[in-house]
Amino acid sequence: MSIIDYEKLLSENPFGLSQLNKETFYQKSIDDLSLFHANHCEKYGKLSKNLGPGVALPVRLFKLYDLMSIPKEEVKKTMTSSGTTGQAVSKIYLDGESAQRQTKVLTHIVQDFIGKDRRPMLILDSSKVLKDRRMFSARGAGILGFSIFGRHPKYVLDENMELNVPLLEEFCEKYKDEPVLMFGFTFMIWQYFVQKLKEKGLKLNLKGTLIHGGGWKKLVSLNISNDKFKEEIREYSGIDTVLNYYGMVEQTGSIFMECPCGRLHASVFSEIDIIDPITMEKKDTGKGLIQCTSILPTSYPGHVLLTEDEGEIIGVDDCPCGRLGKTFKIYGRIKGAEIRGCSDTYERR
Amino acid sequence: MSNLEKYNEAFMEVFQIGEDQLTDDLKYQSIETWDSVGHMMLMAALEEAFDIMMETDDILVFESYPKGKEILSNNYDVEF
Repeated sequence: MSIIDYEKLLSENPFGLSQLNKETFYQKSIDDLSLFHANHCEKYGKLSKNLGPGVALPVRLFKLYDLMSIPKEEVKKTMTSSGTTGQAVSKIYLDGESAQRQTKVLTHIVQDFIGKDRRPMLILDSSKVLKDRRMFSARGAGILGFSIFGRHPKYVLDENMELNVPLLEEFCEKYKDEPVLMFGFTFMIWQYFVQKLKEKGLKLNLKGTLIHGGGWKKLVSLNISNDKFKEEIREYSGIDTVLNYYGMVEQTGSIFMECPCGRLHASVFSEIDIIDPITMEKKDTGKGLIQCTSILPTSYPGHVLLTEDEGEIIGVDDCPCGRLGKTFKIYGRIKGAEIRGCSDTYERR
Repeated sequence: MSNLEKYNEAFMEVFQIGEDQLTDDLKYQSIETWDSVGHMMLMAALEEAFDIMMETDDILVFESYPKGKEILSNNYDVEF
């Protein structure tokens, strides 16, 4: 599949195009993908025939159906969403090319925020997540994707999700003078890292960046805002740059990153639109359902997705951080939606 | 141990393969153990063996057994 010149995009600034300049190539890429998937995935073909070309798929469909646009024998990796026990999980089928493209794009986007240097890294999760290498959970994929920025990444939680204090102390001592990178999933960081540090009366003196994602629903229900989260991370770990990302297993790679101004950014690889849940029309202002598009999916028809998250556009080409394109904010899952997200589906067993 | 021996050892150990499989055809995803997890393990093993720190971009283009040698000798002064 070479209808999109990914290599060219990977050689340019992922936030360097104004919205107007982006739209000229972006919409065509999406249209080309819609046509490609309609011709190569029978179920998607039927849907677009009945509902119109480029129809947005509700993310739930990936749980109900096996959707792929490549022959079965070309599937190299199957990624699964992080469903809670008893929930059906989404299955995303990747060929070698798609898997590699996801890694490259993720790296390209994140480099724009933390630079090319690899830093000592702490993964705020348990190493058991990566056990089965062929069936990848979204959590495993996230950890692995971000590990490329780390030097000898260390997992701070043991198999039982308990904080490994000796490891943490050794790490803090060894890297007290250089910026480090921490990565994890929002709710788990809160529950198994911040709360445990608090309980044990530990305050770390790390510096550097924390990148986290995976859903706010559980923290919203505890009444913990993004600001409060950042504040406590600073207080207990010392880390003062805390960046959230928004992404989903159905569009791995083309994540939306939060900049230091607190806005989530769409790169040239993806786009965000807000849909009025009543009329299903796009709207420029006010809250609505988030529709995510990505030009990465070629092995499965996941390029236009309707999520169950509520969000709002907060600006176009006007973020003080200098990155161009749309910026937005998320308010959480709309009522009645099922629980999704790497951190929200984690249940203590 | 020569640099080539160190290089080969990292591949054989991480991917659990024999010396006969170390050919120009050995590529990312050409064998089961060289998947994305195996890739990061290989990078860690090579960094340790040669006491280097690779850049993210080099890790991304490290796509085959011969390409890896090229990257190590061009960018990290590892002579083969």
